[in-house]
Amino acid sequence: MVTANPFLVNMGPQHPSTHGVLRLRLVLDGEKVLNVEPVLGYLHSSKEKLQEEHTYLQTVPITDRMDYLAAMSNNLGVALAIEKLAGIEAPERAQYLRVIMAELQRVASHCFAQAVFLQDLGAWGGPLMYFLREREQVLDIFEMVCGARLTYNYIRPGGVSQDVPPEFLPAVHGFLATFPKKLDEYEGLLTKNEILRARTVGVGVISRELALSAGFSGPMLRGSGVDWDLRKQDPYCVYDRFAFDVPLGHVGDCYDRFMVRFYEIRESLRILHQALEQLPPGEWKTPVPIVIRPPAGEAFQLIESPRGMLGYYLVSDGGAAPWRFHVRAPSFLNLGALNEMLVGSTVADVVAIVGSIDIVMGEVDR
Amino acid sequence: MINQFIIDTFAGVLPEWLIALMTGVTGAVGVLLFALSCALAAIWIERKLIGRMQIRYGPNRVGPKGLLQPIADAIKVIGKEAITPFGVDKVVYAAAPLVIFIPALLTFAVVPFAPGAALLNVDIGVLFVVAVGALGVMPIFMAGWASNNKYSLMGAMRAIAQTVSYEIPLVLSLVGLVLMAGSFKMEDLVLYQIENGWFLLLQPLAALIFFIAASAELNRTPTDIMEGESELAAGYHTEYSGFKFSLFYATEYTHVFAVSALISTLFLGGWGTGPVLDQVPAIIWFIAKTYLLFCVFVWTRATLPRLRIDQLMAFAWKFLLPLSLVNIMLVAVLVELNLPGIVVFAVNAVLAVVLIKGWAGLLSARGATVEQRVYIRPAAAQ
Repeated sequence: MVTANPFLVNMGPQHPSTHGVLRLRLVLDGEKVLNVEPVLGYLHSSKEKLQEEHTYLQTVPITDRMDYLAAMSNNLGVALAIEKLAGIEAPERAQYLRVIMAELQRVASHCFAQAVFLQDLGAWGGPLMYFLREREQVLDIFEMVCGARLTYNYIRPGGVSQDVPPEFLPAVHGFLATFPKKLDEYEGLLTKNEILRARTVGVGVISRELALSAGFSGPMLRGSGVDWDLRKQDPYCVYDRFAFDVPLGHVGDCYDRFMVRFYEIRESLRILHQALEQLPPGEWKTPVPIVIRPPAGEAFQLIESPRGMLGYYLVSDGGAAPWRFHVRAPSFLNLGALNEMLVGSTVADVVAIVGSIDIVMGEVDR
Repeated sequence: MINQFIIDTFAGVLPEWLIALMTGVTGAVGVLLFALSCALAAIWIERKLIGRMQIRYGPNRVGPKGLLQPIADAIKVIGKEAITPFGVDKVVYAAAPLVIFIPALLTFAVVPFAPGAALLNVDIGVLFVVAVGALGVMPIFMAGWASNNKYSLMGAMRAIAQTVSYEIPLVLSLVGLVLMAGSFKMEDLVLYQIENGWFLLLQPLAALIFFIAASAELNRTPTDIMEGESELAAGYHTEYSGFKFSLFYATEYTHVFAVSALISTLFLGGWGTGPVLDQVPAIIWFIAKTYLLFCVFVWTRATLPRLRIDQLMAFAWKFLLPLSLVNIMLVAVLVELNLPGIVVFAVNAVLAVVLIKGWAGLLSARGATVEQRVYIRPAAAQ
């Protein structure tokens, strides 16, 4: 076995496939990774501290900027936490609209995750853009609903900011009619591809135990075969009224995570079908004061965001702004076992594994 | 044509060495211009085709259908500042982009564009092509080594390992052709194909191996590990900018084009038309085949993910090399038996399928387990 002198390579913060500004200090022996040290904080913008200077309603748009690929889920999480803190009950129509938006967001986010994962593997040509095209359709729907394509500020304490327009339902139904066929097509193109399998099967394996002890959540955890989905385990909104399955991986490699995302998109579509069918008429918002002053106390709300368990911990001292605002960011915790996953693999695998974690640096650094 | 004109006009008037010099210069300039214009066209075609495959329009602003886009890009990139980073080996750093252009161009020297229209109709055309192709890795290593950048160096190391590995199946796949045609001369190979059918049909296995091995030397996905954008930023040319970068960029396309021309000469009958459509000039046929092959390269690039370096090596040594050795023996036996073309085709095609399937099945025990993974468990298990 020939060994060279180990040398240090700084992968990131400026690098095509570190998903923003993640910096990995890799110690390499040729292609082999001997050690890895992640360096975080390049996108730190003090978002949690910033929240303590804003009223509860004003906290919502700041959460948009954290996980900017799943802003609806962030809105939902913070809105539920504030409602818990202030004892507000959102009307039923709002609950359904929230579920619909969150699931559309999951579809969009997973499409993007698949797209960039493929790009990390080198399939930057066709497959990447196919997934982005489908994501665009969801973004078009969001634009129709609230006027924004990335940072929505739509789900608010007490309900949603406005009712959906009349053309919303046909648009979602149209999307649901065309999307599954395309999804099948992409799956056929990709999952039976020998190169993709060679690059993903058995790469970046996370055992069940490691996934649990590292605090993983979302597709990272389910890819390792742990049946944990808050929509099932601790239903919020009206998730207990829908029938859907939780896809689970087998060995916890990149292929499993890739496939779990594929199947989660399908399950989201199932939920969307049911939610659209059951969508009740009525009010979309409970009247809440512009300045909410919840009683002193604390509230913690966890939701299942596309990346995992997203938690909001709010402490109120009875004032107009939260006294403490903390976010349990799934992207950050999912980076927890980088050493176990990366050491011993090659440079090319580093890119594939980091891509399969599906991090959003806005959420990691906050 | 021009050379014939020169010879006709000046024969007897000027000394013979001068005529030889003039014909040489015009031929070289002609091939150079052809290669460069092909590179420009190739850039446009690839951007347009990949654009279409990516559900985009591709370049469509500069000139009709964006045809002038490569020229605009060239002007832009030449106008950019050429940065020489700190700590580079200045001479090698500057020389690498100039040197890299040579092997790609030299390939065109022996490719016969039409009957008798090769710049150098050497007797050892096939050997020449192989030798020149192997040169291509040298400037890549120069660039990677001189750049004083770890990514560049890693790209260069990968390039050497990859090129050396794929050189072997590449050469071995050509041995079968030489055995059959009984000549190293490119023109003889083409003439043999016109008489007996394309080598693509006569030796499908060799054609496949050559296609894969040649594309591995082209530095394009699925085998662009020496550039590996998502891993190594840009590999060996990370530190290059301005005109030097544009030389690397143009070379990449010239190289793809050279390989396309080579494959169409060696396996698709060169300028040969087959029995029909003899009215179309031979050179048009040759160029059409070359561009078609180029489109195939674009297609694979737009669809496939990239292999890892160890997988790429394993593929060369464990898969392509044994198959190309078997192919040589197979062709030798078939040549000895002197069978008609249709029988050769049938035998080779069947054996190619059997060999590829069998050898692949022997090597990979992984495929089955992946198929067994079920992601939606039955409700009771939840």
